[in-house]
Amino acid sequence: MAAKVITITSGKGGVGKTTITANLGTALASMGQKVVCIDADIGLRNLDVVMGLENRIVYDLVDVVEGRCRLRQAMIRDKRTEGLFLIPAAQTRDKTAVSPSDMVRVCDELRPEHDWVIIDSPAGIERGFRNAIAPADSVFVVTNPEVSAVRDADRIIGIVEAEQKGPAQLIINRIDMQMVQRGDMIGTEDIVDLLAIDLIGIIPEDENVIISTNRGTPITLDGKSRAGEAMQNISRRMLGEEVPFMDLTIQAGFLKKLFTGGGSKNE
Amino acid sequence: MASQFEIKGIHDGLLITVGDGDWADFRQALLTQMSEQEDFFRGANISIDVGEHSLKAAELGSLRDKISEQGVMLRAVISKSAQTNELAQTLGLETHLAKPIAERSGSAFDTSIGGDEAMLVKRTLRSGNSISYPGHVIIVGDVNPGAEIIAGGDIIVWGRLRGTVHAGASGDENAIVCALELTPTQLRISEEISITPPQKGTPPPEVASIKDGEVIAEGWEFHK
Repeated sequence: MAAKVITITSGKGGVGKTTITANLGTALASMGQKVVCIDADIGLRNLDVVMGLENRIVYDLVDVVEGRCRLRQAMIRDKRTEGLFLIPAAQTRDKTAVSPSDMVRVCDELRPEHDWVIIDSPAGIERGFRNAIAPADSVFVVTNPEVSAVRDADRIIGIVEAEQKGPAQLIINRIDMQMVQRGDMIGTEDIVDLLAIDLIGIIPEDENVIISTNRGTPITLDGKSRAGEAMQNISRRMLGEEVPFMDLTIQAGFLKKLFTGGGSKNE
Repeated sequence: MASQFEIKGIHDGLLITVGDGDWADFRQALLTQMSEQEDFFRGANISIDVGEHSLKAAELGSLRDKISEQGVMLRAVISKSAQTNELAQTLGLETHLAKPIAERSGSAFDTSIGGDEAMLVKRTLRSGNSISYPGHVIIVGDVNPGAEIIAGGDIIVWGRLRGTVHAGASGDENAIVCALELTPTQLRISEEISITPPQKGTPPPEVASIKDGEVIAEGWEFHK
């Protein structure tokens, strides 16, 4: 086994990096993969909260880097999903507590015994971001269908290219097809057109995500959610499966059919 | 006996221009120099411009024979005197300098034209990328919003121009900006600043330039 290191990043904050990290980790582990999620957002940790593992933290990433514990001791095993681990960030320190070479060393130690290492990057393009992408084999850039998020994604993609970690792959999160169809939201084609990188996932807006995040239960564990399904699809693509993008227009199309169906009766 | 004559190299030998002094003095001075600088003269073709001197056949003939002993060939004698010219021709000498054959290059039509310094960038400029160059800048790729180009000359984008560009940044009002899709965040030429008006659909390829003190964009087929 030689793990592949994936860094989830975005530039802009609040676009869903942490949620996606937790869910991709859960989805991959539920497919029998051995996965370690690392929270690289030192000082503003929350991957542990989203994964529901906050109360089990004893040691964190900074403890590992500074030699207060062995790597194994800082890895929290997720009891709900076999094969899933979390290395949490320290909350009482800042980004300078870890260096890019520390991250490379930690990941190299994890590689032999796992299939995937997924790093949740902090927002921004400073030290924390540099730490997060240093060990990456591949970078997933998350954006929302908003001009500011897309602009930041473009900047991030440029830096990833310059660091020779590219080409990055794109996840468009929280898209609302009804708004797109009304012309009130940027469509996926326009985003892909501008950013000009491969798309690995489109995740629809789904209020269940907020509920599951607050509960600390990754939404991929809930089989009915469309956002969860979209993230499962991403993890299947990561494993090399050809999975078509979900037809997000189904709902709107269904409503349309109702209306046009009603119209045809009147003819 | 200073400066009885002058020697200069011409395309196929040496041209000796005789001064106003006595012919006998010149002859003596020339022969002396030839024997002193044997290596320089050996094998040379010489032409002598005798100027106003009017020479007799014997004088000319003996000079020719004398210098040929040094391995030097007298080829032409140029004179203002018709009599001397005639005499030279009789002796089988030329009476004018051979004109160099015009070289082929540099003649007729010169089809090569000069150009200016330019920087070619074959990639897409993303947000945060910046190019600053004193010459022209050519991008093969898109210029995304948040990217900037500052050029002393023109800016040509073979792609979509959506970022900020400044052409003629050092004051050249004749600078132009062209793009396949000219929708920059902001476009500056020299001191003039403009922004892209809101538009629907994809615009055709355009060229922006300063006309009557204002930046205007027009279809490339109208820009002449």
